[in-house]
Amino acid sequence: MGIFEAILLTVITAATPLVLAAVGELVTERSGVLNLGVEGMMVMGAACAFVATQMTGSPYVGILAGIASGALFSLLFGFLTLTLVANQVATGLALTILGLGVSGMIGEAYVGQSGIKLSQIVFPVLSDIPFLGSLLFKQDLIFYLSIAVVAGVHFFLFRSRAGLKLRSVGDNHASAHALGINVIRMRYLAVMFGGACAGLAGAQLSLVYTPQWVENMSAGRGWIALALVVFASWRPWRVVAGGYLFGAVSISQLHAQAFGIGIPSQFLSALPYLATIFVLILISHNRRTTLINTPASLGKPFVPDR
Amino acid sequence: MKKILFALATTAAVLGFSAAASAQEKVKVCFVYVGSKTDGGWTQAHDIGRLELEKAFGDKIETQFLENVPEGPDAERAIERLARSGCGLIFTTSFGFMDATVKIAAKFPDVKFEHATGYKTAPNLATYNSRFYEGRYIQGQIAAKMSQKGVAGYIASFPIPEVVMGINSFVTGARTINPDFKIKVVWANTWFDPGKEADAAKALIDQGVDILTQHTDTTAPMQVAAERGIKAFGQASDMIKAGPKTQLTAIVDTWGAYYIKRTQAFIDGKWETTSSWDGLKDGILTMAPYTNMPDDVKAMAEATEAKIRSGELKPFTGPLKKQDGSEWLKAGESADDGTLLGMNFYVEGVDDKLPK
Repeated sequence: MGIFEAILLTVITAATPLVLAAVGELVTERSGVLNLGVEGMMVMGAACAFVATQMTGSPYVGILAGIASGALFSLLFGFLTLTLVANQVATGLALTILGLGVSGMIGEAYVGQSGIKLSQIVFPVLSDIPFLGSLLFKQDLIFYLSIAVVAGVHFFLFRSRAGLKLRSVGDNHASAHALGINVIRMRYLAVMFGGACAGLAGAQLSLVYTPQWVENMSAGRGWIALALVVFASWRPWRVVAGGYLFGAVSISQLHAQAFGIGIPSQFLSALPYLATIFVLILISHNRRTTLINTPASLGKPFVPDR
Repeated sequence: MKKILFALATTAAVLGFSAAASAQEKVKVCFVYVGSKTDGGWTQAHDIGRLELEKAFGDKIETQFLENVPEGPDAERAIERLARSGCGLIFTTSFGFMDATVKIAAKFPDVKFEHATGYKTAPNLATYNSRFYEGRYIQGQIAAKMSQKGVAGYIASFPIPEVVMGINSFVTGARTINPDFKIKVVWANTWFDPGKEADAAKALIDQGVDILTQHTDTTAPMQVAAERGIKAFGQASDMIKAGPKTQLTAIVDTWGAYYIKRTQAFIDGKWETTSSWDGLKDGILTMAPYTNMPDDVKAMAEATEAKIRSGELKPFTGPLKKQDGSEWLKAGESADDGTLLGMNFYVEGVDDKLPK
């Protein structure tokens, strides 16, 4: 295995949770809801996935637990912001803080235990393709899911009637309501989808990335996922590009350090974020395309008139 | 109605007073933690020390702790709260609590404070630290014996003297066995991020190191080493559970003895401001069992540990050169504590440029 291949394998592991959490949040935001609680839902998913895996011995049960915990946790956000019409920004931040605390309690008895790593699923013939085979066809279930979810979301948003409705809810909830679309139900579903994706991303952290549980193990990845949604200007495949770019820069800076090139490590550590800012500048340069993609009702509360 | 309220208030006052009185009879020792007490590393080691303290004094003392206290203004409030609640002796266990502790210590002259790994003292504020670098010297020697490629990987956190000292000690130890030994350093620029620590470990292994050591807080690098089939060293706590066939040894922080000693001095009224910097011989750090290595390497490690304990061997003893090849210590000369605590240069054999 060459060094380049090794680097790419590490990049894939690092990028998968970002892509998953970001694409989930993308759907939530496309429906007009800004959920800043990605970090909290992610860390809840990590804790629940790990605990379920340790209890049953099966990482697949863990994956389900991660997805379910993320979705359930986001339901709390949905209830507060959609039913009680609480401020979305404040509720999202509260969700993150709550998630960090509750996940610590759930996982307390499991700190320091070595987990079970999710095994790889090898596609027979395909995995023998030189180079690409081991990168794309010798991965764990969550990696395949991440690609499938992005493809599915793209199809749903831009090729299906339900997706059109969801986008209309996000762009102008009053009109959508007047057309007879149940705005609140649509938004509940979008919020829960976002939660499920964040929970799955969390499961990737505690079952694949580092099979263990420590408090606060998401270490800010939820916030990066939030930035990725803007970075991708609310387009699913651009989330993949952004996630992998971010992963590639953060992994290559570690390699650059180990290689001993004389660039200050603080600068190298900041590189992924600098790259993000740079691309954001490039994107926002063209205001019109940004406006077309930004959900017009993002973050605005909706109260049905009857 | 007024009468009832008055009665309630009096009762409360009496109750409060009696609670305060009993607190004075019993010495209250308090701790401020930067992380969670089950973090598997730094804070857990302090909490184990607190439990040993409780066990040693039984009913004579009472302990209290605040965990997950962020460094900065919040720390001030947390420490002040403890000082007001009748704590006689307060340990603040992170470098970043330094200024907050100094400030509160000035406000509460009757309370004694102890700050870990800092350098500011006051009449009622002592500091304490541990010579972790002694353990790193032993690890370096083991690494040089066990590595086939002669290159070890080092995952570092922040370029502060404490960490630089560890890197230098590791290399110095390794070079007593293999004069050509080299280390590759990766700065994670975090104390705590399992994912990033694992990525750093993978990068180092992909670049050909066959021994891994870390100065960050989680067991993620140990797990990666186990997965890739190389050997590694644990940090702050015994990490053998994360790598039963991987861990060679670990530096284990054992603060209990120090906490017991200082609490005893406090009870006896003999507490004084000190700047304690103890090492292996005082039992403030211990080496986890030497495992996954041949008997001769184990014997060598034990011999080195014994020599450091007896004071016969000081890790930073010349002849030693700085990274650029200039002379640092002449033959037989040992580095003084001041130089070590302000260490901002590499010794020869580090394959990295020190971030400034």
